[in-house]
Amino acid sequence: MIGGLFIYNHKGEVLISRVYRDDIGRNAVDAFRVNVIHARQQVRSPVTNIARTSFFHVKRSNIWLAAVTKQNVNATMVFEFLYKMCDVMAAYFGKISEENVKNNFVLIYELLDEILDFGYPQNSETGALKTFITQQGIKSQSKEEQAQITSQVTGQIGWRREGIKYRRNELFLDVLESVNLLMSPQGQVLSAHVSGRVVMKSYLSGMPECKFGMNDKIVIDKQNKGGSSEEGGKSGKQSIAIDDCTFHQCVRLSKFDSERSISFIPPDGDYELMRYRTTKDIILPFRVIPLVREVGRTKLEVKVVIKSNFKSSLLAQKIEVRIPTPLNTSGVQLICMKGKAKYKASENAIVWKIKRMAGMKESQISAEIELLPTNDKKKWARPPISMNFEVPFAPSGLKVRYLKVFEPKLNYSDHDVIKWVRYIGRSGIYETRC
Amino acid sequence: MQEWANQLCENRQFGSKMTDSKYFTTTKKGEIFELKAELNSDKKEKKKEAVKKVIASMTVGKDVSALFPDVVNCMQTDNLELKKLVYLYLMNYAKSQPDMAIMAVNTFVKDCEDPNPLIRALAVRTMGCIRVDKITEYLCEPLRKCLKDEDPYVRKTAAVCVAKLHDINAQLVEDQGFLDTLKDLISDSNPMVVANAVAALSEIAESHPNSNLLDLNPQTINKLLTALNECTEWGQIFILDCLANYTPRDDRESQSICERVTPRLSHANSAVVLSAVKVLMKFMEMLPKDLDYYGTLLKKLAPPLVTLLSAEPELQYVALRNINLIVQRRPEILKHEMKVFFVKYNDPIYVKLEKLDIMIRLASQANIAQVLAELKEYATEVDVDFVRKAVRAIGRCAIKVEQSAERCVSTLLDLIQTKVNYVVQEAIVVIKDIFRKYPNKYESVIATLCENLDSLDEPEARAAMIWIVGEYAERIDNADELLESFLEGFHDESTQVQLQLLTAIVKLFLKKPTETQELVQQVLSLATQDSDNPDLRDRGYIYWRLLSTDPVAAKEVVLAEKPLISEETDLIEPTLLEELICHIGTLASVYHKPPSAFVEGSRGVQHKRLPGSAGSGESVDSPDPGSAAGASEAPPAVIPSQGDLLGDLLNLDLTPPTTTGPPPAPSSGMQLGAMDLLGGGLDSLMGDESEPPPIPLRTDTPQSPQLHQSPSPPDYSPTELGGDLGGGAAMGAGFGAAPAAMPASFGAPVSGGLDDLFDLGGGVGMPMGAYSPPKTIWLPAMKAKGLEISGTFARRAGVIQMEMTLTNKAMSVMTDFAIQFNRNSFGLAPAGPLQILTPLSPNQSIEASLPLSTVGPVMKMEPLTNLQVAVKNNIDVFYFSCQYPISMLFVEDGKMERQVFLATWKDIPNDNESQFQIKDCHLSSDAASNKLQGSNVFTIAKRTVEGQDMLYQSMKLTNGIWVLAELRVQTGNPNYTVSLKCRAPEVSQCVFQSYEAMLKN
Repeated sequence: MIGGLFIYNHKGEVLISRVYRDDIGRNAVDAFRVNVIHARQQVRSPVTNIARTSFFHVKRSNIWLAAVTKQNVNATMVFEFLYKMCDVMAAYFGKISEENVKNNFVLIYELLDEILDFGYPQNSETGALKTFITQQGIKSQSKEEQAQITSQVTGQIGWRREGIKYRRNELFLDVLESVNLLMSPQGQVLSAHVSGRVVMKSYLSGMPECKFGMNDKIVIDKQNKGGSSEEGGKSGKQSIAIDDCTFHQCVRLSKFDSERSISFIPPDGDYELMRYRTTKDIILPFRVIPLVREVGRTKLEVKVVIKSNFKSSLLAQKIEVRIPTPLNTSGVQLICMKGKAKYKASENAIVWKIKRMAGMKESQISAEIELLPTNDKKKWARPPISMNFEVPFAPSGLKVRYLKVFEPKLNYSDHDVIKWVRYIGRSGIYETRC
Repeated sequence: MQEWANQLCENRQFGSKMTDSKYFTTTKKGEIFELKAELNSDKKEKKKEAVKKVIASMTVGKDVSALFPDVVNCMQTDNLELKKLVYLYLMNYAKSQPDMAIMAVNTFVKDCEDPNPLIRALAVRTMGCIRVDKITEYLCEPLRKCLKDEDPYVRKTAAVCVAKLHDINAQLVEDQGFLDTLKDLISDSNPMVVANAVAALSEIAESHPNSNLLDLNPQTINKLLTALNECTEWGQIFILDCLANYTPRDDRESQSICERVTPRLSHANSAVVLSAVKVLMKFMEMLPKDLDYYGTLLKKLAPPLVTLLSAEPELQYVALRNINLIVQRRPEILKHEMKVFFVKYNDPIYVKLEKLDIMIRLASQANIAQVLAELKEYATEVDVDFVRKAVRAIGRCAIKVEQSAERCVSTLLDLIQTKVNYVVQEAIVVIKDIFRKYPNKYESVIATLCENLDSLDEPEARAAMIWIVGEYAERIDNADELLESFLEGFHDESTQVQLQLLTAIVKLFLKKPTETQELVQQVLSLATQDSDNPDLRDRGYIYWRLLSTDPVAAKEVVLAEKPLISEETDLIEPTLLEELICHIGTLASVYHKPPSAFVEGSRGVQHKRLPGSAGSGESVDSPDPGSAAGASEAPPAVIPSQGDLLGDLLNLDLTPPTTTGPPPAPSSGMQLGAMDLLGGGLDSLMGDESEPPPIPLRTDTPQSPQLHQSPSPPDYSPTELGGDLGGGAAMGAGFGAAPAAMPASFGAPVSGGLDDLFDLGGGVGMPMGAYSPPKTIWLPAMKAKGLEISGTFARRAGVIQMEMTLTNKAMSVMTDFAIQFNRNSFGLAPAGPLQILTPLSPNQSIEASLPLSTVGPVMKMEPLTNLQVAVKNNIDVFYFSCQYPISMLFVEDGKMERQVFLATWKDIPNDNESQFQIKDCHLSSDAASNKLQGSNVFTIAKRTVEGQDMLYQSMKLTNGIWVLAELRVQTGNPNYTVSLKCRAPEVSQCVFQSYEAMLKN
């Protein structure tokens, strides 16, 4: 298991050092600093073996988190734990920065003592942790409270405490999708997928039982088989094929496996209910058409057309097209119909920004790139043109069908809960080769 | 750093205003002094701040151990936060101040009784972290109470504490009975307690490989599966990892566990997913392939694996390393998912390189066009390693998918035109491989390659180019000039290039002898006279002699047809792959090494294997299905890893690993190589010229590093050329020494024991019933520097023994004996090391008995029962061969049912029947029957026809071959007739010889 956990600043100075196992010596701290943080080369692997000791590291802004072990640990678990550790810290004191780590070092030690015992991760749900580890030191608890804390930390529903009360029961549900694309210069889709997340904020009293439904093809097809056939044709079109999905630990997986229904007792506040991935029938919100022409050895003509491909009543926002330029670029002249474009020499790219753009529209930019003559034999690698945007729909076609809340003990019903649903589609890695 | 310790305290929101910056500017000595004063302050807040400062100093690496007593004094407090800080300090320094640590014990013991469960748990958790012997004694009682605490939070903490205590003092944990308590916790009502108990037990079990600590049975498995649905994500990982160690009894149990594990594939935590994949990959081995469920399961595995690729890059890396293994074991799972492995421009380099590997593995005729287009893109990227790998990948595609070869070659030519130095060199290396795979197809490109001769500065590329020039010398007009140009700086070249140049020029000479005589003499003299590299010199001499004695033979050898190179390269050796599949998700799967290669101590030495796969299609070397079945009956075998082999190579007398089970028939290139090394050595030593070792073939073949692992036929290694037979023997011995325990079938069956008693009572001279020939001299002292070995074989209580008398006829003491067999017809191999513990002084004899197993590597020998043996001692390695009576191989359960006997007798074609005469035997039929039974020849029926007794007998060999016999005894006639029927008629002659020996003895 994990033998020790260190947090370093960007210089490699130790901010937190907690050793769990006897086989990890003090020199391990230095070994990592010398071999990884101070290494001249780019990091070639997130797992490093130095003198039979394995180091797992992740970086958050300029803070390094390193887990150390001498055993054959579950590597996936170690990384998952490091991410979780970051989440927990962020939930307590915000951004993980040197300043914040230093200011909260006692708290971090306290957390490390609680969520990692002898290198074995324990309950790391912030909801539960916050009941007995606080930034304000330890509150004195009554005996009942203590029993409640321990039963929650170890219990089946470790992510939610009892006795939560809200005057207004509210639910916010966001469908956040990032659409990824790799397209050939000729407009052929090389790969495209949507990775989506259903993120919720729940402010519900008691221990509510929730049920979430969406237009999952498997569910809809099953219902249609039993139901009337005329309805089937209609909803069948709207259903989507989900390649795979994963759930927050509150979701009853065995129930999903057998009935494909998503039921759960939600954590309080923010959490990510599910992640999913689709590859079929993706709506690609934008199409990028590049045209690159080399005029002699010192000039390059680039024309890029973008077309928006969704309902004209919808508006895309924060559109940014990034057109890479060769390293030996000496000057760029730009003409664009819409938005603003700028050549950024430090980034070797032309950045074209458009604030808003409606569906079924088209816009274009032309650039003349002057090149310095070089005798460099190596050809310019022509990195792909990338795009960023945000659209108010789900490119996968996912629709929330229902989100039901049942709380048998308290007297509020599904109708009393105020629910909000929002769809946001963003660009993931959205690239067109040129 | 110093001042942030100060800052820390200032910035802590609830901190008091006491900190003063001048406080930290004092010298270290003063600082400690001041802290001491503060720690002893009456004010609680001041105390707390002081402890925080101490912890801050500790973190940055300052030695604050001098404050030990003062900090411990702060322990007695109601303030939980202060308490936690003091505990943190204690965990760090208790070991350096063991005596003072005792001061803390009372508080701990008291805290373990505290009404607040959080404090009880904190105390027991911290106490376990204080690694001081004296404290552990006091820990036992509180721990016992906490393990049975009413609060689950305390119990789950106590469960982990048992593992901590075990790490400090294993004996204490056993003596105190904590292990049983821990086992009881598996049935706890709280899922988190169950999970932690499982984690603790798994860890303890790892350091006791042979204990049955984690006694997994269907009941416990059921409990674990129930807890799996309820516990935290981490607990699920512990449970799944533990489940992966279980071997289900049958395919139904296997399926039902799989069904309960599959829902985990939708968990958000990648570690839960991968651990579930591990369980499924392992248990799937037991499912019949025609089962519907098997197909369903395969389909279910793909999506979660693909989803792992949308996780954070570090997790992607771990996932990709694992997918690499999964794809090798079960290519069908991801064969349609090529696209997800396409490299993204922004992927970290470690993700890119791994994706590339998997792309090549998944490349097939169906997707090759896409793959090639991608690879061509990658070849223009910036990262040198990545570009090289991409170029190499193009070559590998050409070799793997024949239809694409042409396109690959033209792509490579395009890349060569870019003139980017490393791209050109990499392309030439792979084109050489393409030439080898498709001879006489693409040689038209040679001209283009030759243009780039000057830009090659890497040895591998130079060697490849030279190989090409030598191989196609007849088509390259100026081949001699080209090679000559390399020769100028011969001594500055790396060995790889030198060797290649030597071979290429010899090839050239054999093809164009008239023009190149001078050149070949030049290179031979450079290699033999001016070089101190033994490999180079030896190869030079071999060529020289070949050329000077028999140029025709030289031509045949040097220009011999080369074996085709294999399609799949970089494959992990199958047994290692099986082991790694059992370690999915762990570091071993990231490193692609068995845990023993990077874990110290006893942990992780245990090798894991997939269930039920021992007898499946992989024992290619077994000559008949019988022996394959025999191998699968044996307990899960353990194969020494490459690491072990190396270890053994260094120390021949290393005691064999204490793992169980004999090695199965070899299925890996590594082992074949090792064994062959010995075999070749024996052959050449005994003047056996029937199979000349293929030296030139190998030396002639430039092998790129990737190809080294390809499962090509075992070749000679350079060591052999160096005449280092000792090394070869040692390696073989290291391998052979692995089986320490005997296979299950060796356990003496009851009947055998009874027979022994009977035979003793009957006063027959043979103590153990079975016939054993008298000892003969196997190795005369003259041949073995004074070591004489005489010996025989015997079968005692179902175990074949090789009984030897070793006599030292030399002047000096002999030590360090070890033994090793060459491959033989029935897979005989030492079941343990040769036990000669005392040194053998001059003129002393020693008796040694070596139990043999029959699951070693198999190769048909001539004669069939020939056994080639290598014995090593401190002086040298010696070789001899001997023959064993085939009756040694008759197993105790060789009695056939009458009906079966009749059917089998009829079933075996008459061609397979052979008849022999045994002369001058004066036993009655009953006496003969009794005598034969002692050697496991069983009489099934007796018939008397016209004064002639006909005995129908059966026997079974260790490899499962049945031999049926009809023995005719006529009263008064000393000549017996034996008719033998067997599906493998080659054994008949040997069996007959044994009959004669058994009856006449």
